[in-house]
Amino acid sequence: MSSLTSLSVHEIREGLKAKKFSCVELTQASLKRAKDLAKLNCFIQLSEESALKNAAAIDSLIQAGKDAPLLGVPVGIKDVICTKGVRTTAGSKILENFIPPYDATVTRKMITAGTVSIGKLNMDEFAMGSSNENSAYGPVGNPWNPDYVPGGSSGGSAAAVAAGICPITLGTDTGGSIRQPAAFCGIVGLKPTYGRVSRYGVIAYASSLDQVGAFARNVRDCALATQAICGVDPNDATSVDKEVPNFEASLGRSIKGLRVGIPKEYFIDGLSPDVKRATSEALKTLEGLGAIPVEISLPHTELAVSVYYILAPAEASSNLARFDGIRYGHRAKGDLDLKELYCKSRSEGFGREVQRRILIGAYVLSSGFYDAFYVKAQKVRSLIVKDFSDAFKDQCDVIVSPTTPTPPFKIGEKVSDPLTMYLNDLFTIPVNLAGLPGISLPCGFSDNGLPIGLQLIGKPWDEATLFQVASAFEGATTWHTRSAEIN
Amino acid sequence: MDYETVIGLEVHVQLSTHSKIFSNASAAYGGEPNEFIDPVTLGLPGALPVTNKRAVEFAIMLGLATNCEIRRFNRFARKHYFYPDLPKGYQISQFDEPICERGSVEFMINEAKRVIGLKRIHMEEDAGKNIHDSRTNSSLVDLNRAGVPLLEIVSEPEIRSPAEAAAYLRAIRQLVRYLNISDGNMEEGSLRCDANISLRPVGEMKFGTRTEIKNLNSFKFVERALEYEIARQTGVLRSGQEVQQQTLLFDSVTGTTRPMRSKEESADYRYFPDPDLPPVVVEESWIREVQRTLPKLPSQWANELVSEFGLSMYDATVLTTERASVEYFHQVVSAVGNAKAACNWVTSELFGMLNKAGLSIEQSPVSAKDLGELIRLVETDVISGKIAKGVFEEMFSTSKDPNAIIQEKGLKQLSNDDDISKVIKAEFDANPEQLAGYLGGNERLHGFFVGQVMKATGGQANPKKVNELIRKEAAARKS
Repeated sequence: MSSLTSLSVHEIREGLKAKKFSCVELTQASLKRAKDLAKLNCFIQLSEESALKNAAAIDSLIQAGKDAPLLGVPVGIKDVICTKGVRTTAGSKILENFIPPYDATVTRKMITAGTVSIGKLNMDEFAMGSSNENSAYGPVGNPWNPDYVPGGSSGGSAAAVAAGICPITLGTDTGGSIRQPAAFCGIVGLKPTYGRVSRYGVIAYASSLDQVGAFARNVRDCALATQAICGVDPNDATSVDKEVPNFEASLGRSIKGLRVGIPKEYFIDGLSPDVKRATSEALKTLEGLGAIPVEISLPHTELAVSVYYILAPAEASSNLARFDGIRYGHRAKGDLDLKELYCKSRSEGFGREVQRRILIGAYVLSSGFYDAFYVKAQKVRSLIVKDFSDAFKDQCDVIVSPTTPTPPFKIGEKVSDPLTMYLNDLFTIPVNLAGLPGISLPCGFSDNGLPIGLQLIGKPWDEATLFQVASAFEGATTWHTRSAEIN
Repeated sequence: MDYETVIGLEVHVQLSTHSKIFSNASAAYGGEPNEFIDPVTLGLPGALPVTNKRAVEFAIMLGLATNCEIRRFNRFARKHYFYPDLPKGYQISQFDEPICERGSVEFMINEAKRVIGLKRIHMEEDAGKNIHDSRTNSSLVDLNRAGVPLLEIVSEPEIRSPAEAAAYLRAIRQLVRYLNISDGNMEEGSLRCDANISLRPVGEMKFGTRTEIKNLNSFKFVERALEYEIARQTGVLRSGQEVQQQTLLFDSVTGTTRPMRSKEESADYRYFPDPDLPPVVVEESWIREVQRTLPKLPSQWANELVSEFGLSMYDATVLTTERASVEYFHQVVSAVGNAKAACNWVTSELFGMLNKAGLSIEQSPVSAKDLGELIRLVETDVISGKIAKGVFEEMFSTSKDPNAIIQEKGLKQLSNDDDISKVIKAEFDANPEQLAGYLGGNERLHGFFVGQVMKATGGQANPKKVNELIRKEAAARKS
């Protein structure tokens, strides 16, 4: 592994300033590694030419003494995020040749921060999935063992960081799609509070749940990347005008006296022994750092998955109605009337899981069922929100749990039963339903050497405390120093 | 069996905001196909709507002008169906929480005031246009109109005749134009009307089965379509059958209605609150501010014309048909001071010529100032009323000011007593028989001499003076 690709953001910035290497060299190293590890299938598309061109431009900026928070850092962007002039597929056949005429706000922010995108990352189609096996562009391999899934839906984003291709990637999280792959790939991944980051230009799955977030190999890099993408956006009416604190300032601070909530509903029988062991040890570490464990109850936890699999498909069935083959995307061939055109284009373009969720969504919104399903689910959602706000009111400052009930599974192991796959998101889903920030960090390995993640859940807008605790935990452990030795 | 007509109208008003209801793209009319678009209008993946505050303000204005209750907490809902002119596969509208409810619209019909209840007014986005190209047997989609703000106004089913329906529609058009929120143009589609109509036996409270007539794009068509439908439904009921609930299109060529080709009419729209748009909260302070700056309504203008200027309500109604008219009238009055004269000239002479030439008041070749001057010239006896009519026609075709025309054509009224008396004396002398008869008491001969004097002066003698002085001269001759 080239040493250039193992550098942290801080080391990159220092090295560029000291002229130890150039941005072009960094970018070349990333691109080379991406190509060498093509078998992992992290990228749907590498943008070699434009990446090198942008890198050269950045080298000029550096020469001219210009600076930006992430100047010169090679990154990858999940293919659900629009990049102007660069094919964006959302992991789907229906957008096989879609070239957005505009940049997502987060894409613009990454450019302004000085990053170089080397390509678009593989994902479960339309962000629907927990293993990256639902991609129309093939599954992604876990760098720790390519026979295993990297998690999903941001599988490519997580794998690219874990494999040392880029120090930072962007993903999205609707029910756990950043945190779960971060856990499966042994890296750091944070989903910000709903409304922190603009969704403009992010191909919508579930509008009230989607958020963009960053993956990195360590907490500091994740904080820096998160900083770059946060902020209210007039183009996104659901983004909130809340001051964005300096996340880096939270790092290295003591967590003595911090109350860590341990939800009893998350430590269930179905928890794999590996995960149980790793999480218990992690809790002990936190205690050793002065944190105070507090047992709490989030009584409506067991309803979260059901609520999610009503609301998310409902919103998805609506958001995906625009893919009709009329203005862009796949259009079925042949002499078809309007209805046939719609049916064929969508049947040909959407994968099975996407079709499944659209049907579920249309069903729960249909007249006669709307009240019993959609409205009821929204009501229960508010109970889940209340569970968290009650806990945070006076019982704890942050909540801790395993990120997933099990370590990574083999590719192909769970595809036959969607329900089993859905249960993977048991611990991550409630966080999206409540709009809270959540982070996953490496906290151990399974018996067969695959990563296990620890989830921290914060109060609304309190990413700072998440970074603080994560940083303290990282400082007291060495999980983050291990890398997937893959070549 | 006598049947009562029950009509309810759904009127769509296109708002004249600069940009669309949920994006910055221009909401202008016309333009090259697909000129006024952006990612939001196109429904591109990742695009998001953001509410145009001005559109909400226009909704509040209309709500206040129709005495509605304004909803404080407003949500938008998604209405789903698939059609090429609907880019997102859903229309953003309002479902069970419309911004205005329980208002009313007033208008005059047959010289009496009529009030029709409004059930609701809600905000929504317009769809694009689908144009069929027969050359290539394909459909062309133009999304310029997609996303333009609409207000949908739903009346209570209180309208009782096609004439009333047309009058109600005209009242709405007048209101939105006075408020400056829309140009209310049915031909261009900024005012659209769907009509619901049913019949029930007189005295019956229960509603009959109604049909919906779509695609009515002129006031005349609304009336004719409803008249046809009344006749048709009456025929159905009288023959003992039941009226089918249908959606109908009006064929303006044949003057008949026919069922729409079934477009899956019983569609389930799967309404749910749009998760991309936070609720629009309309605070009391905002409503008060809008109320404060609300343009004067037609009824207020009319009432003022009656109380301030002593005009009849009929005249006031005519003058307030368009705000431009009443503003024109006010300008004329400030130029000349005589409101009644101004009213007569504006409503009969000016409106008459404008109608004949197919022009609107804004396009009047005669300015208010010039018309005021013309009236003043008549008031001050510079020219007679009859001459003035001619001058006005000249003003209308040349846009010249009255003084210039009078000067050019030497039309100044002869008002000098001595000059007129001279002519009278000459006529007396030239017509001794008639003079004798007139002096003898034959009143009819007074008119004869008036005519002679007018003829001799080319119609320019001041008629009042002529009358006076003829009598004076006659009296002098007698003695």
